[in-house]
Amino acid sequence: MSLLEIRNLQARIDGVEGKDILRGLDLTINKGEVHAIMGPNGSGKSTLSYILGGREGYEITGGEVQYEGKDLLEMDPEERAREGVFLAFQYPVELPGVNGTYFLRTALNAVREHRGEKPIEVRDFSKLIREKAELLDLDPSLLNRAVNEGFSGGEKKRNEILQMAILEPKLAILDETDSGLDIDALQIVAEGVNRLKSEQNAVLLITHYQRLLNYIVPDFVHVLVQGRIVKSGGKELALELEEKGYQWVRDHAEAQAAA
Amino acid sequence: MSSDTETLERFAGEEYKWGFVTDIEADTVPPGLDEDVIRQISSKKGEPQFMLDWRLKAYRRWLDMKEPHWAFVNYPPIDYQAVSYYSAPKKKPELASLDEVDPKLLETYEKLGIPLEEQKRLAGVAVDAVFDSVSVATTYREELAKHGIIFCSFSEAVQEHPELIQKYLGSVVPHTDNFFAALNSAVFTDGSFVYIPKGVRCPLELSTYFRINAQNTGQFERTLIIADEGSYVSYLEGCTAPMRDENQLHAAVVELIALEDAQIKYSTIQNWYPGDEQGKGGIYNFVTKRGLCAGARSKISWTQVETGSSITWKYPSCILKGDNSVGEFYSVALTNRRQQADTGTKMIHIGKNTTSTIVSKGISAGEGQNSYRGLVKIMKSADGARNFSQCDSMLMGDRCGAHTFPYIEVKNPTAKVEHEATTSKIGEDQIFYCNQRGISTEDAVSMIVHGFCKEVFKELPMEFAIEARQLLAISLEGSVG
Repeated sequence: MSLLEIRNLQARIDGVEGKDILRGLDLTINKGEVHAIMGPNGSGKSTLSYILGGREGYEITGGEVQYEGKDLLEMDPEERAREGVFLAFQYPVELPGVNGTYFLRTALNAVREHRGEKPIEVRDFSKLIREKAELLDLDPSLLNRAVNEGFSGGEKKRNEILQMAILEPKLAILDETDSGLDIDALQIVAEGVNRLKSEQNAVLLITHYQRLLNYIVPDFVHVLVQGRIVKSGGKELALELEEKGYQWVRDHAEAQAAA
Repeated sequence: MSSDTETLERFAGEEYKWGFVTDIEADTVPPGLDEDVIRQISSKKGEPQFMLDWRLKAYRRWLDMKEPHWAFVNYPPIDYQAVSYYSAPKKKPELASLDEVDPKLLETYEKLGIPLEEQKRLAGVAVDAVFDSVSVATTYREELAKHGIIFCSFSEAVQEHPELIQKYLGSVVPHTDNFFAALNSAVFTDGSFVYIPKGVRCPLELSTYFRINAQNTGQFERTLIIADEGSYVSYLEGCTAPMRDENQLHAAVVELIALEDAQIKYSTIQNWYPGDEQGKGGIYNFVTKRGLCAGARSKISWTQVETGSSITWKYPSCILKGDNSVGEFYSVALTNRRQQADTGTKMIHIGKNTTSTIVSKGISAGEGQNSYRGLVKIMKSADGARNFSQCDSMLMGDRCGAHTFPYIEVKNPTAKVEHEATTSKIGEDQIFYCNQRGISTEDAVSMIVHGFCKEVFKELPMEFAIEARQLLAISLEGSVG
């Protein structure tokens, strides 16, 4: 059984009739795999990540999404998270005054409760944070501050990766995690993802540029154009795309459609 | 949005836990108010002549006064003749020992979670409990007495320390101050009295717990706290009432006096019954609270968490008379269902280099209306005075309202006054972010609201902060969008 199976997914923004953003998207992800979805602006990349995360405001007009054999689209966002779907946000949200450690412990305990486990002791949690922060070469003091409040772009992205490390998702969706990062921050974030990667989980990278893929090497690259995956391949596809530009796949897609 | 609103609705639907009634025989005077009723109250309490004279003076003044209607609240006219002005548990409790207090009363306080019994002394809070009109027990008195601290019911203070009462009663809130203060001065039945001697740092948090039980009664208590030179006291006040269909009137007066280098920290968790979803019942909380920083370098700090009452009309204020004195006001006011709150503070700067800080957090949910009303007044004499005010409002849902009425009067050109205000809504993106980490919408809302109130909660003593947090979560059950 695949970890994630998207079949012919069609979706639009709630209330916007006749204009689907996703127009028959297919994608299969197995444990142990890293997939990258690349595409030009407006191709539906972020819509896909939000729909997988369960954000309100989208209407599914066709197709289905199976996660570990279950209907993902039927689940509430919190249930998806507890089942191991993690979305690293393109723009992590600020929660003024909400302490980062408290936030993350509440999240972890919600996941643990869902698995029938006891809440984590405060002391064990501090230890866990220290371990993970060390593993990822991140500063754990990020968690002493209010969640994302006044964080720089780089700090926000690092904080997402630290949260991911603690929550240990099965499917991590990284939405434009590279945007707004300088090269050093990009390396730290990428290195973090590489260290968390295992045979038990999978990563879906959503990105505009090939740059991130120098640091996180995908097993599969998919090109998303106008709400459909028009081309899939190995890591070399990303390089080809970088060289020839998105127009190349657009032409390719049109040729396919014509034939 | 829809699911968040539902969560809020569910939140709001949470029942008021403290709504029970204690079945206890009470000595209640019939409804109505005239000079005879006042004489009756005074004689029941065995008061000296000066108290009766003061009451009658206040009453005569009150007759000429008009109920104020400038606040942004709405309620049907109050019939002051339909209220009973005195109700006391019948078995007059002997204050010498808790054993003599009616066990039903003790049970009530236990339900309310008040550490009344001496064995619970580890809790470290000295408690005075006011049930309807009468103070029933004061704990830790002996220990406090060792430090020369007086902590007793107001009635006892009138008997045992008349010189202090005569000197300070009405010195901060005169009987002529306003309609409700005048009414209170005429008919107040009990309350708490605190005196901290020179140079003493009160080793315990002092606490009064107010409970309205009887039907159709008003509660009119009076608190007077005097911190002598160089002393310090932290005082906590909590309040609950049964659920009743009719509105009940609570018109209290609190006076604080801080002499040179003294500090008073006054914290309130106001959880009177707020009324039901249709706005039926609930307490009218019309309270006058004021502190006088009489001496140089004195400090008065008000912290309030207002979650109850159907109507709140309350402006804990500071008169900064002593040079270099400091006034602070930290407030969280929450209105849900049909609650209305018009609350804020007044900072009157008279002395040189006086400073004041105002941090007000208003949360409106359901059909609640929440107004901040504050006055910062810098008098001509107040060279170098400074004020910083921050008023933040949070709205949950689309049927509530938040309003800010700041008044600033500056008569001294060296003053610095800053005012910041924000209004926010709990964002769908914030809730989604929490959901996406596995956190339920209820927990997300309570976390975000708590984060919003953090600056105020950190001013509360520890146990109170925990209580406040829980109370807020319960009061909100049913309100963001």
